[in-house]
Amino acid sequence: MAPVQAQAVPVTSDSSIVPEKARDGIDLEINGEHYRHTGDPQMPLLWYLRDVLRLTGTKYGGERGENGADLVLLDGKAVSAIIQPLAKLADRQIVTVEGLAGNDGSLHPMQQAFVDEDAIGCGYCTPGWLIAAIDLLRRKPHPGDDDIDQLPNLCRCGCQTRVRRAIKRVAAGKAGQP
Amino acid sequence: MSNDPTTPNQIRLSRRRFLQVLAGTAGALVVGIRMADAADAPLPLALLGDTFHDLGAYVRIDADGSVLIGARDPDTGTGVATSLPRIIADELDADWNRVSVVPLGLGVTENNGQPRWTYGRQIGGSGGSIPAAWNDLRQIGATARWLLLQAAARRLGVPANKLRCEAGTVIAPDGRRFTYGSLAADAGKIALPVSAPPLKDAANYQLIGKPAGDVDAREIVTGLTRYAIDEHYGDAVVAVLVHCPWPDGTLAHIDTTDTLAVKGVLKVVRLRPESGQPLGSTVIAPAVAVLAEDTWSALQGREKLKLEWKPGASGSESSYALEQQASALLAGKTDPTARVRNDGNVDAASRKAARRLDATYYQPWLAHATAEPMNCLVKLDKDRASLVVPTQAPQRAWAVVQRLTGLSPAQIDIRVPRVGGGYGRRLDHDYVAEAVMLARAIDKPVRLLWTRGQDFGHDYYRSGSVHQLSATLDRKRQLLGWNQRMASASALTQRNMPDNRLWTSELHVDQLPAALVPNYRSDWYALDSAIPRGPMRGMPHLSNAFAVESFIDEIAHSMKEDPLVTHLRMLGAPRELPLSAGGTLDTGRLANVLKLVTDRIEWKNWLHSVNGLGIACWHVDGAYVAHAIEVAMQEQKLVIQRVVCAADVGRVINPLGLEGQLAGATLDALSTALNLAITFKDGQIQQHNYKDYPLASMAQLPNAIEVIVVPADDRPPAGASFLAMPTAAPALANAVFRASAVRVRRLPLMRELLRML
Repeated sequence: MAPVQAQAVPVTSDSSIVPEKARDGIDLEINGEHYRHTGDPQMPLLWYLRDVLRLTGTKYGGERGENGADLVLLDGKAVSAIIQPLAKLADRQIVTVEGLAGNDGSLHPMQQAFVDEDAIGCGYCTPGWLIAAIDLLRRKPHPGDDDIDQLPNLCRCGCQTRVRRAIKRVAAGKAGQP
Repeated sequence: MSNDPTTPNQIRLSRRRFLQVLAGTAGALVVGIRMADAADAPLPLALLGDTFHDLGAYVRIDADGSVLIGARDPDTGTGVATSLPRIIADELDADWNRVSVVPLGLGVTENNGQPRWTYGRQIGGSGGSIPAAWNDLRQIGATARWLLLQAAARRLGVPANKLRCEAGTVIAPDGRRFTYGSLAADAGKIALPVSAPPLKDAANYQLIGKPAGDVDAREIVTGLTRYAIDEHYGDAVVAVLVHCPWPDGTLAHIDTTDTLAVKGVLKVVRLRPESGQPLGSTVIAPAVAVLAEDTWSALQGREKLKLEWKPGASGSESSYALEQQASALLAGKTDPTARVRNDGNVDAASRKAARRLDATYYQPWLAHATAEPMNCLVKLDKDRASLVVPTQAPQRAWAVVQRLTGLSPAQIDIRVPRVGGGYGRRLDHDYVAEAVMLARAIDKPVRLLWTRGQDFGHDYYRSGSVHQLSATLDRKRQLLGWNQRMASASALTQRNMPDNRLWTSELHVDQLPAALVPNYRSDWYALDSAIPRGPMRGMPHLSNAFAVESFIDEIAHSMKEDPLVTHLRMLGAPRELPLSAGGTLDTGRLANVLKLVTDRIEWKNWLHSVNGLGIACWHVDGAYVAHAIEVAMQEQKLVIQRVVCAADVGRVINPLGLEGQLAGATLDALSTALNLAITFKDGQIQQHNYKDYPLASMAQLPNAIEVIVVPADDRPPAGASFLAMPTAAPALANAVFRASAVRVRRLPLMRELLRML
């Protein structure tokens, strides 16, 4: 079989070729990647993440995000993705659970601590707990039990006591240690 | 697999179970187990396929030494995706670091038009996974190991019994080593022995009994685990629903104009399940579905639906009236619907008694509140249905799909990824039926999503109940008689269960103190309700343990006695008592868990403590559990200071997983006891979100659960997924009584406590 040959395309100033105009939309930065959303500006971030980008780590929790399963970091703060219309998010930094680990696959200390403490039930709400816990440590690097008590997340499997241990482990700098 | 028909490729394990070497494709050894008829022919080669998934297999060892182990039961957070494969891996002497686990999905083939379940029993979250696996999965690992040993023996010219296995390697007496990977291809050609190879001596377990983290942990914390709700087929449309508020109601008026005007909305479909329609044995409410290109469009279209529903006969029901009805029933002289147990003569004992105590306890209706809402992905082709289902019971989901599609057994493919909580909700498959009907209506793959409000509003609830207890004691404080009467709406109504068995979801025939009291009677009174009901985690122990263990505490208090003393007297000398439902009650093991929790919490200070201490114990299917809880009342705030849980479940497969299950079930039970109740009025559920049905926040729950596991390796493993649920609520209520002098006989506790303080 003859090798496929690349065909040279002449570069001319042919005025009959009009490049498509950049489409108007909302510029988003999610996990360090840049996207432009050209659809309904009122679409909540949750459905954009899950349906459009298929970043499904952020879970549907409820109509108003009541159980914390849909938390993401918006400019470093934990917010419910379902109550954030994309229109409000232009040029702001969004980090989802998929964006927590390093590019080399190394886990964020909080992720590592959840693994260390086996702080997982069914795991559905775990991404939300991770985001809330990271947000907490940003505000309070050495949180007391009362601070940890303020986490908004709900879990029927009963992972709360193990999550508490994981947060304390990170605060003590012991993630990944035996 | 050997193609020589004279060499056996299957070992008969029992009448209907066979072990098989399935394939040697690409140099891999694959060993499986399956249900089969005694006269069953060997599995046709055509069914072997290329992928592990098609093989009906459990273990695959590849030439590179990697080991793939299938997890048979859906993991709803119970840890069976970790514990079941470790049972196999231990018998195999596999290197756990080289093991990957895949969820097996439903295993089904066809046998004369009937389904044959390739993997045997497949139910998750019922507490039965490990006991069942202990009976058959060990043999899988042992057989694969035997084949590898034979292959090594032939290669070395050394008898197999001179070889040993260690972490994925066969080691010869002279130190020569062969990895499993290098033996896999040869092992796949060796015929099975005529009888099953021996199992390991328990002293040699390397994985069983050692702690292991969840196999999915890394994928979960990185957000990569795909639950059913996260799955897509390329062109699947999204379906969201509005259900009729009444399961027996009808749609009176519908206007879809505004909905169809929403960009992205494709179609509006009415779902009109009629009673008796073949959807399985579960009630399913009429609904209107909005099908759209994406979730956001579908939800917007749903907002714009104009619907009027007309109530059916259930439209006048209320939980309040139902409880009144229960109380009237128990106060009257009507015969019970079922006499569950009747030992000795309770009435005669009552006449001889020195002391008698009566109390009535009330339990609310409950919802399942799974984290992952009901959802289902389905693709229907002419001769195939492919589904991704968050289910605890894929075989039951299969039955629903089969009835709706009429496809033959093997044409239905059901994948079950990790499931976001089950608690009994996913033993029913109304949402699967809906997804299949919608996929047919739009002739495209459908991704059905229930909103949180629908999850709360259209559950198969646990019925509320009233428990009337009466005990008599003699002069020596021995329990003479125990009379328990309970009224509730059975979870088994309309589920093809004969009337004389409806009580089985409500009362346990052997629950404490049955077998310990010479005169014991338990009666059940049926309530009639159209509110759908179904299996619920811990049922029927959860509601009954609260009543019984609160009542024993009340008996102790009435005698001015330490409730631990009362308990231990009731249990008597360590002995094994036969139970009606089979098995035994080992009073020594039950007393032991009680002693362990009381020692740990320094129970001897119980009377003098400013805080309140409470205890409770229970037994479930050969497993034993106790809780001791310490609470403080700070003004009107209840603070749970300490919680100790001890359990004896026989042999432990994964201590870390068990600790998680016990702590988790304790927290779930505390959350339920403190806060949760479903109510209904005019036939409509009044709770629609977590605000109305407030699972306990971090702040309400204890900071730690101290778990004590009794070493009991001489016993086979019992299930533990809900074991710690029944005793948490009574231990809490008993502690609250000591701290506040308020006896809470009605759950949820917080509401009642605040009312009575």
